[in-house]
Amino acid sequence: MMDPMPTTKLISLSQAITQFVPDGATVVLGVGLESCIPFAAGHEIIRQRKRDLTLVGPISDMLFDQLIGAGCARAVRAAWVGNVITGSGYNFRRAVENGNIQIEDHSNLTLALALRAGAMGVPFLPTRTALGSDLFSTNTSLKTITCPFTAERLTAVSAITPDVTILHVQRADAGGHAHLWGNFGVAREAALASRHIIICAEEIVAAEVIERDPNRVIAPGLRVSAVVHAPWGAHPSPVPGYYNRDHQMFLDYQRDSQTPEVFAKWQAKWVDGAKTSDAYLELLGQERIAELRLKNHARAEAVDYGY
Amino acid sequence: MGIERQTRAYTMAELMVTAAAREIRDGEVVFVGMRLPLLSFQLAASAHAPNAIGVYELGIIRNAPAPEPILTMGDLPNLYRAQWLADTLDVMSLLQRGDVNMSFIGGAQVDRFGNLNTSYIGGITPGKIETRLPGSGGACDLACLAKRHIIIMTHEKRRFVPRVDYITSPGYGDGTGWRERVGLMRGGPTAVITTLGVLRFDPATCEMILDSVHPGVTVDQVLASTGWELRVAPEVRQTPEPTTDEMALVRRFDPQGFWTGE
Repeated sequence: MMDPMPTTKLISLSQAITQFVPDGATVVLGVGLESCIPFAAGHEIIRQRKRDLTLVGPISDMLFDQLIGAGCARAVRAAWVGNVITGSGYNFRRAVENGNIQIEDHSNLTLALALRAGAMGVPFLPTRTALGSDLFSTNTSLKTITCPFTAERLTAVSAITPDVTILHVQRADAGGHAHLWGNFGVAREAALASRHIIICAEEIVAAEVIERDPNRVIAPGLRVSAVVHAPWGAHPSPVPGYYNRDHQMFLDYQRDSQTPEVFAKWQAKWVDGAKTSDAYLELLGQERIAELRLKNHARAEAVDYGY
Repeated sequence: MGIERQTRAYTMAELMVTAAAREIRDGEVVFVGMRLPLLSFQLAASAHAPNAIGVYELGIIRNAPAPEPILTMGDLPNLYRAQWLADTLDVMSLLQRGDVNMSFIGGAQVDRFGNLNTSYIGGITPGKIETRLPGSGGACDLACLAKRHIIIMTHEKRRFVPRVDYITSPGYGDGTGWRERVGLMRGGPTAVITTLGVLRFDPATCEMILDSVHPGVTVDQVLASTGWELRVAPEVRQTPEPTTDEMALVRRFDPQGFWTGE
């Protein structure tokens, strides 16, 4: 039963990870592919030394590699793991090549459908992708089936029902209603498929700011378990309306993840050495922050929801 | 033949971006992939294909180049005045319905029937895995569902192998009729643009054929860099060089030479 008068769901990042990301949990991160990746939340998972997580996501630009390097993950269910502008994720490579992690190889479409099936409460969804590929040999969530209506050969994608999805958004109210704009990736599917949703927001705003524009709400607030104020929490990935992608950070990470030793140094500096968003921003420096801020604003016209 | 690299007015990557852009016909719906294709779409849309429409897997449709240079499809200029911002499942559904004319994918390993591997070199079990690559991303979907796709690759013998270790993105499988047999209802690769030349596929056998060599490259060089007995078109052409206008556009979209520098 839903509480008719929802109390605040606003808690600290540390509390949210402690409460909703237990060891062994299945966690969706990086639903926007290249944008709005919840790096701050991922880094808190690393700081809390979470273990045996199953990471779920389409592209996970760099964040999965960091979680794997820090020893947090037991398994990965993803379409692509690496660093989008440089290629390989070295921690991921090492872990797979040494047999230290289980991999379920998806395509972006099969992953989106697995989460959509989870969101819909059905055991699987059919698709025409992946047929003839070897994804079937490294992903037991995919099977070929015969369509009961047309007799066509199809791929059945088994539902994924994660424990928690962490969404980075532009703004949210304390009750769990969040506005996301830009491209959505698999945000809707992941949020609705998960038992818990953690919202990390650039800004916490009054409920009426959200209510005045309900089309922009990414998931029903009744499904949200926690709201976290996480300014710059998606850095170095971009957040529409807030900041651009910090390419240099991704380029540097290629060097900073090449061996376990240099990765340990990277983690000591950027994760363990920056426990709060203030500490992280100080490390980043004012000049870099100013450079990443939007230079050209492009506001949309307001719409009329009146009656 | 034999123009020294240093004396050319363009880099190999610039030639490849241009060759890939020329595969886009005006008015086509193009599923745009990462890296060089990001530039190829912008080049085509600014040159010979002003009515081309770009679809991006993270949920973007746009019909004009981004107003500023981008390194990923998620860079904010690529969202600015887009025609649609939506879900990955929405744009993938367009692809699955057959609304996408063509797409580009890159790979680490390709075989004579255009099957592409971006997942595992060696084998799939620990101990057998020589190299773990990033995986499919959207590539498998594009190879299965677009009306045609173009492969962009570095041309080396270790990458051009008789049979890929793992099919991430299906080409023509083991030859004629294979796609139909496995249930793929359309598509297949129509060109492979490499660092040495452009290869196409024999419609009868679905096998790769050398169609053109880049300026300064010999047919023998291509054969020596291919891990099977590559078939060669009766008359191998030279890949057309980028025009001055095309070069100016490529440099506008990649001013730092991030993708197309030496």
